[in-house]
Amino acid sequence: MLAVTENSTNRSKIDSKKLALLIGCASIVMMFAGLTSAYIVRRAGGNWLEFRLPNIFFINTIVMLLSSVAIHSAYIAFKKGNEFLYKALLIVSFILGLAFVVLQYQGWLDLTAIGVELTGNPAGSFIYVISGIHAAHVLGGLAVIMVAMIQAFSLKYKVTKKRKLRFELTLIYWHFVDFLWVYLLIFFLSQQ
Amino acid sequence: MAATVSPVKDREDILIEEQGFDDHFHDHHEGDKYQSNFIMKYVFSMDHKIIAKQFLITGMFWGLIGAGMSIIFRLQLGFPEESLTWLKPLLGQWIVVDDAGIGTLAPEFYYALVTMHGTILVFFVLTAGLSGTFSNLLIPLQIGARDMASPLLNMLSYWFFFLSGAVMFASLFLSTGPFAGGWTAYPPLSELPQASDGSGAGMTMWTVSLVLFVVSVLLGGINYVTTVLNLRTKGMTMWRLPLTIWAFFVTAIIGILSFPVLASAFFLVMCDRGLGTSFFLSEIFIGGQALDNVGGSPILYQHLFWFLGHPEVYIIILPAMGLVSEVLSVHARKPIFGYKAMVYSILAIAFLAFIVWAHHMFMSGVNPFIANFFVLFTLIIAVPSAVKVFNWITTVYRGNIRFNAASLFAVGFVSMFISGGLTGIFLGNSAIDIQLHDTYFVVAHFHIVMGVAAFFGMFAGIYNWFPKMYGRFMNETLGKIHFWGTFIGAYAIFWPMHYLGLAGVPRRYYSFETFDAFKHFDDMNKFITVAAIVVFALQVLFVVNFFYSIFKGKLVTTKNPWGASTLEWTTPINAGHGNWPGKIPSVHRWAYDYGKDGKEFVSQIEPLAAGEVSDGEGAHH
Repeated sequence: MLAVTENSTNRSKIDSKKLALLIGCASIVMMFAGLTSAYIVRRAGGNWLEFRLPNIFFINTIVMLLSSVAIHSAYIAFKKGNEFLYKALLIVSFILGLAFVVLQYQGWLDLTAIGVELTGNPAGSFIYVISGIHAAHVLGGLAVIMVAMIQAFSLKYKVTKKRKLRFELTLIYWHFVDFLWVYLLIFFLSQQ
Repeated sequence: MAATVSPVKDREDILIEEQGFDDHFHDHHEGDKYQSNFIMKYVFSMDHKIIAKQFLITGMFWGLIGAGMSIIFRLQLGFPEESLTWLKPLLGQWIVVDDAGIGTLAPEFYYALVTMHGTILVFFVLTAGLSGTFSNLLIPLQIGARDMASPLLNMLSYWFFFLSGAVMFASLFLSTGPFAGGWTAYPPLSELPQASDGSGAGMTMWTVSLVLFVVSVLLGGINYVTTVLNLRTKGMTMWRLPLTIWAFFVTAIIGILSFPVLASAFFLVMCDRGLGTSFFLSEIFIGGQALDNVGGSPILYQHLFWFLGHPEVYIIILPAMGLVSEVLSVHARKPIFGYKAMVYSILAIAFLAFIVWAHHMFMSGVNPFIANFFVLFTLIIAVPSAVKVFNWITTVYRGNIRFNAASLFAVGFVSMFISGGLTGIFLGNSAIDIQLHDTYFVVAHFHIVMGVAAFFGMFAGIYNWFPKMYGRFMNETLGKIHFWGTFIGAYAIFWPMHYLGLAGVPRRYYSFETFDAFKHFDDMNKFITVAAIVVFALQVLFVVNFFYSIFKGKLVTTKNPWGASTLEWTTPINAGHGNWPGKIPSVHRWAYDYGKDGKEFVSQIEPLAAGEVSDGEGAHH
């Protein structure tokens, strides 16, 4: 739990935890900006293996987007007092998130199957490593949704300011990793 | 609640009571929760003031180790014919004793010491020890907040730093030694265990340590930015912030944007080392063997590294600039000259920091056409830097200066920053860099402009805020000896290095005896080593003064011993958790009302008189 100093002089309308999370997301963006610019610079250097992305990466994108939709709907249901829908959609978003990671692994296997290996030409290594670091961030998100599920099922359902905020934090991060994947996919496609 | 005994209410207390506002902080007894026992109060503390001290003392520990290392390699460099056998109990196998009984430093370990010296000073001392200490201490106190936005993340920030240091410290005891490929960890030295002894386990621990360090910086930085944006007290607009806070705020933003890129470079290094990828390796023969790695680019690492590496020098120098601005204004008893220009120049430096990284790579095969842009942007940094220097000088000009250790170090900072900045203009030109790159000229430049200068800023800060940290003063006589000795000594060390560099003497060489062009500089190298030993001894004196003064220093008897206008001096002498015992003060004016309307200083909590406008906000000009 994050202990946050209460201070009613709060300057901006945005909650401190939310602001801290957004700044954290900005730092993650910078890390991926670093990785993808490294990709561009290295690609411009020649000796670059050209290949098609595995189809699973596209299916995966849909899975990830659906997961985002599910958790957002769960949030709306939570606010509106629809307890069943809230809990059910939370589980759905978790399962879809998990499916994303599993499918991502399948995507890597497909890449290896067409001869693009982790230790081969950096063109392939970049795909594995960038999508791998992204998957690690998704796992982090899954851990957070797990905590949200445990709370949803162990605590008595009640819409409080604190729980709403906590849900919003989960939501923001999950949408963020989703957005990050869409960015990465568009980036990889634009470089093909 | 920490006892705050102040029998007589002074004007500040009354003002806070009347004008301040009640956030009911002390109704919740949150302070008690955090400070219930020794472990929670002093070890896993969530109070920003304690965390600041943790950063400072850990930084001092690393400072002594890092500086001590430089003394050991300077001994080898300055006195190669003297025996170092007496260091054998400390360094063991790293001292090689020949048949005649003469002990010399193992060349491999010389490189390890140089590498560790750089890593420790840049990251552990001048990043964590400087901005970790003062951001923590001053942000909540000077903006009028009870604590950081997230005390928990703040605590974690320190403990990640501690863990990072523990891993690095452990690597010093490896039988193969710590990493020895330079603090920049360029591949292939940093990637091939065959490259050198330190490139094996030493480098693994180096990378782990620095990834932990990045986590620490990010947790700290996220907290600093959130706190400055969200927790300023009533009336504390951005244009009323002291320059210290502006500096810490912008420093944190630079860190948040640049350290993740360094982390990505380290991840790729880890992949190359552990998984067999070839991001930075290509077509390498080592020990007669061709490696499998094809297609990587070591230059790519340099781009990623210096995208952090250059902003990192501003992460180091901006907090020092903020501290110096504050200390100069307070002790010259004059408002800071050109407050807004100071803020805009901090922002300009921060922006330029991100578009000059390739000036570290002029000799790495960067396209000369592209290098031109980096030359241009690099030289433009001289503009905001000159604005700041001009403003510091005009701040002290005709001031009623108190010459104490704090203000002397602040003045010394300005001197160092000018001297080191001017040589930056040489090095920023890619053509001149052809001659000067990788020579002692570079060593002299960066040690003066970001090493010594940042230390001077830090010392100014420590002497100035020690009363706030410990309720006592540091010994002033020892402080002055510390200043004059260090000031003269630092120039004695680094000034001659410019000559060495112009003569082409390369940096990082273990010995110059076999080079006809360089071996006649042995007397100069001896001189530099002696000066370094003297300066090191003075830093030990400072550490002794620091710890002695914590327990035996002259007691602070008034809340505001320097007569400063910022908020930290309105708290009780030994402020407890939550900083202010009752309400938190509200702010009515900027931070630099010195010598105004016949008053020596006017506190920020003093309401504006009828018709008075707060200076520095600029609207009325």
